[in-house]
Amino acid sequence: MNQFGMFAALRDIIRRDLLLALRRRSDVLTTVLFFILVGSLFPLGVGPEPAVLRTIAPGVLWVAALLSCLLSLGRLFTADYADGVLEQMLLIPQPLSLLVIGKVMAHWLISGLPVVLLSPLLGLQFGLTGEALGVLTLSLLLGTPTLSFIGAIGAALTLGVRGSSVLIALLVLPLFIPVLIFGAGAVSSSASGIGAGAHLSLLGAGLLLAFALAPWATATSLRIALE
Amino acid sequence: MMGFARINWFRYSSPQAFYPLAGRLMPWCAAAAMLLIGVGLYLGFFVAPTDFQQGQSYRIIFVHVPAAWMSMFLYVVMAIWAGLGLGLNARPSFMMAQAIAPTGALFTFLALVTGAMWGKPTWGAWWVWDARLTSELILLFLYGGVMLLRTSIDDSRRADRASAVFALVGVVNVPIIYFSVRWWNTLHQGASVSMTAAPKMAATMLTAMLVMTLGFWMYSLAVTLARMRCVILERERQASWEANPSQQDALEVR
Repeated sequence: MNQFGMFAALRDIIRRDLLLALRRRSDVLTTVLFFILVGSLFPLGVGPEPAVLRTIAPGVLWVAALLSCLLSLGRLFTADYADGVLEQMLLIPQPLSLLVIGKVMAHWLISGLPVVLLSPLLGLQFGLTGEALGVLTLSLLLGTPTLSFIGAIGAALTLGVRGSSVLIALLVLPLFIPVLIFGAGAVSSSASGIGAGAHLSLLGAGLLLAFALAPWATATSLRIALE
Repeated sequence: MMGFARINWFRYSSPQAFYPLAGRLMPWCAAAAMLLIGVGLYLGFFVAPTDFQQGQSYRIIFVHVPAAWMSMFLYVVMAIWAGLGLGLNARPSFMMAQAIAPTGALFTFLALVTGAMWGKPTWGAWWVWDARLTSELILLFLYGGVMLLRTSIDDSRRADRASAVFALVGVVNVPIIYFSVRWWNTLHQGASVSMTAAPKMAATMLTAMLVMTLGFWMYSLAVTLARMRCVILERERQASWEANPSQQDALEVR
């Protein structure tokens, strides 16, 4: 298998998933609206005190991003599984982990990137300013792909299992916790003047680790689900 | 020694051969566990000296530390059996992983509860969001995830393999728990016992802790073997030898 074939396959898979998402825009909009709604529930629940909001902003926005990622994970493989396309995909000559990388990248472009792009707006509403806003966006940019990669393992493991939407949350949320800690920690530490470098480096390391290991684990889980 | 070498250990990788072996080993492990835990508790609660800073409340560590060690150790053992099962496609390995999970979850829960009981008089709070406590809590969730995933998949082959993959993914958490007190400068104190340095505690305390750990280890073995027998009975109910497992025990003794 030459290298061009691998990249062509990756490109085709991403393009296919993006096209499918474009044809069914409500799915994308649900995720984004969910993120905004969860984010705006907190000022209503906690009260509009600016100092309090500024303190809880990193954690709240990160949890909102994490939950909106979780919401869209169920769709990662189920449609292809239901109509039998996934079984055909197992037969393509390129490695299955490549297919997984393509689907995860498409998932991130559809559900992760809009959240990253919207986060400065929500950050402003929570009273974050200047550097903290930049760090929030950067931490989400580094962290949300990791969430998609880890989530793909859970999505593949629970494929076609009864009660899978609840089960996937129980499996994946504990694995999300380190990303949440470092992501929200980056924003808090930059807001308190310590600097976000260490947290952002750890987020980057997490992304590399997830990129290296998660596609393989997801491919194994897909084979288990489909054998 | 020669006789030892002549035993074909791979024979016991068949559930049929393992069932009576587990039955014979289990009472010994259970007896050793009762003895060791009894001695350990006596040493810890009555012989070990009172701590000059924490008073009597420190004595909870004789349960807490061994339970925390076992919670991590059992997760790694479970992941190794799960990995062996995936690699060798061996059903008994998956059964072993299945049999270990509830005991591991029990020790994780015990470590968290005893930690809370110790934290109240020492730190003034039942729970703090410290790195080690949080990562131990994640471990409890991971054990729960492994067990839940297994029970929600009906096909036992897929259930085995899916929960094995999840167990292996979750194993990244174990080094995080272990090194959390060193990586983050947290409220939870650092290790008092290590392989490389002289222990920072009285010899009787150390002995009591090690005896308790051995006792918990024997308890885990006994319970895992008992559960393993149940798992074998449940899964092999179609097999012919299973029609009368008690006869199988009798055969083995003879």
